[in-house]
Amino acid sequence: MFLRVAWLIVQKDLTVEVRSRELIYTTAFFAVSCVLVFAFALVREGRPLEDAAAGILWIAIAFAGTLALGRTFERERHTETLRALLLAPASRPAIYVGKLAGILLLMAAVEAVLVPLVALFFDAPVLARPMYLLALLVSGTVGFAAVGTLFAAMLVRARSRDVLLPVLLYPITIPVIIAGVRGTAALFQPEPDVEMARMWIAILGFFDVVFVTLSLWTFEPLMTE
Amino acid sequence: MLARAAESASATWARPVTFDFDRVDVCDLSRHYGRRRALSRITLTCPAGEILGLLGPNGAGKSTLLAILATLLAPSSGEVRYGTRTAAEAGPALRARLGLLAHDLHLYPELTARENLRFFARLHGLPGVDARVGAGLENAALTDRADEAVSGFSRGMRQRLALERALLHEPRLLLLDEPFTGLDDQSALALVARLRGLSARGAIVVVATHDLDVAEGVLDRVAVLRDGRLIAVDDAREGLRKRYRTQVAAASRT
Repeated sequence: MFLRVAWLIVQKDLTVEVRSRELIYTTAFFAVSCVLVFAFALVREGRPLEDAAAGILWIAIAFAGTLALGRTFERERHTETLRALLLAPASRPAIYVGKLAGILLLMAAVEAVLVPLVALFFDAPVLARPMYLLALLVSGTVGFAAVGTLFAAMLVRARSRDVLLPVLLYPITIPVIIAGVRGTAALFQPEPDVEMARMWIAILGFFDVVFVTLSLWTFEPLMTE
Repeated sequence: MLARAAESASATWARPVTFDFDRVDVCDLSRHYGRRRALSRITLTCPAGEILGLLGPNGAGKSTLLAILATLLAPSSGEVRYGTRTAAEAGPALRARLGLLAHDLHLYPELTARENLRFFARLHGLPGVDARVGAGLENAALTDRADEAVSGFSRGMRQRLALERALLHEPRLLLLDEPFTGLDDQSALALVARLRGLSARGAIVVVATHDLDVAEGVLDRVAVLRDGRLIAVDDAREGLRKRYRTQVAAASRT
């Protein structure tokens, strides 16, 4: 039942996005612009700055993710449909999981564009250890989006939500972003440091469990105005 | 830990919806937004089978009271009892018995009329979704436009669809905020008949409005609010307009 409600919300969000294509275009355009600007700044005579690729990748993911989080809930606020979701006899944590899954799918689509772009401009060996890179991206994105979904939902009625979301989100997700950058940098070395990448994946996994669990427990009380 | 959190949430959802009630009691209810008082010490009873109107000028606190009755807002003090239980005691089972038509219509403009009704029916876990959705579309007189996106509908069409969304699960307590906004005469008459039918079947209907024509034509009883205070509870017989103006004027002087 819990998963059925979450799936219903994912399906609805996907249908709305397929019809409007608003979020995918804005977030992908923003993320690609971010990589291009950094490529002009950090690549000299075809040689990128050492470790720049990992940092740029995660900066683009974090910025595009923040944009996606804000816009997803702005859509629900504009039509007040978040209230309709909260009024249903469904478990409120299931609503949270549904919204989180929708944002994860959107961020995955953006990352599918970002990773080849970073490989192209920063000469990053993304195919050296593809499964480890995938594990880093998945665990890092889940940690970032778990906290982001909670905060975006919580701030949906706040007047300064566009300012407050990054102000609240980044200090808490800094450990996730650092772990993502360090793990990815370990994989992008000429000789990939798999042990180091494994350690950062484990740390990200720990963050994911903590953030998702806390969000599931706090979503209901935080959503009652 | 994660599995336990999800399991606990799932158990809440899976609880059978057995909760029902035949009256709603608002007891000494207040609500503040920071230092601003939106509602002050409201006490009111809404029995089953009655259409109660919340009357008052803009900013009187009608929508705030509806949001509290809908469990979307928590009171600052006092409580609302649905039968013998508060919202906190009844949990999701209470939400299965509530229907809300708010000023913002709670519809997804990118989805079609059919998709909107189907989504909310499935979210409520209702059986016979297709039949309910078909009946809802028919009641809203939107069968021929069922597969068009709601963004292309007029305000009146969206209002009719939103009403059907609020009624899909046959709520015991139906809360309507300015339900006649945007409706043409024919749709307004159909809505009046619908509300009468619902109250005859034992629903508790609460209508927030500042339209006195609505109050005299539809409501059984009115609660008059001004500046967050309940200044009068009256039956909605003829002459209400004159009494309402006297009551509001008297409240303004105090």
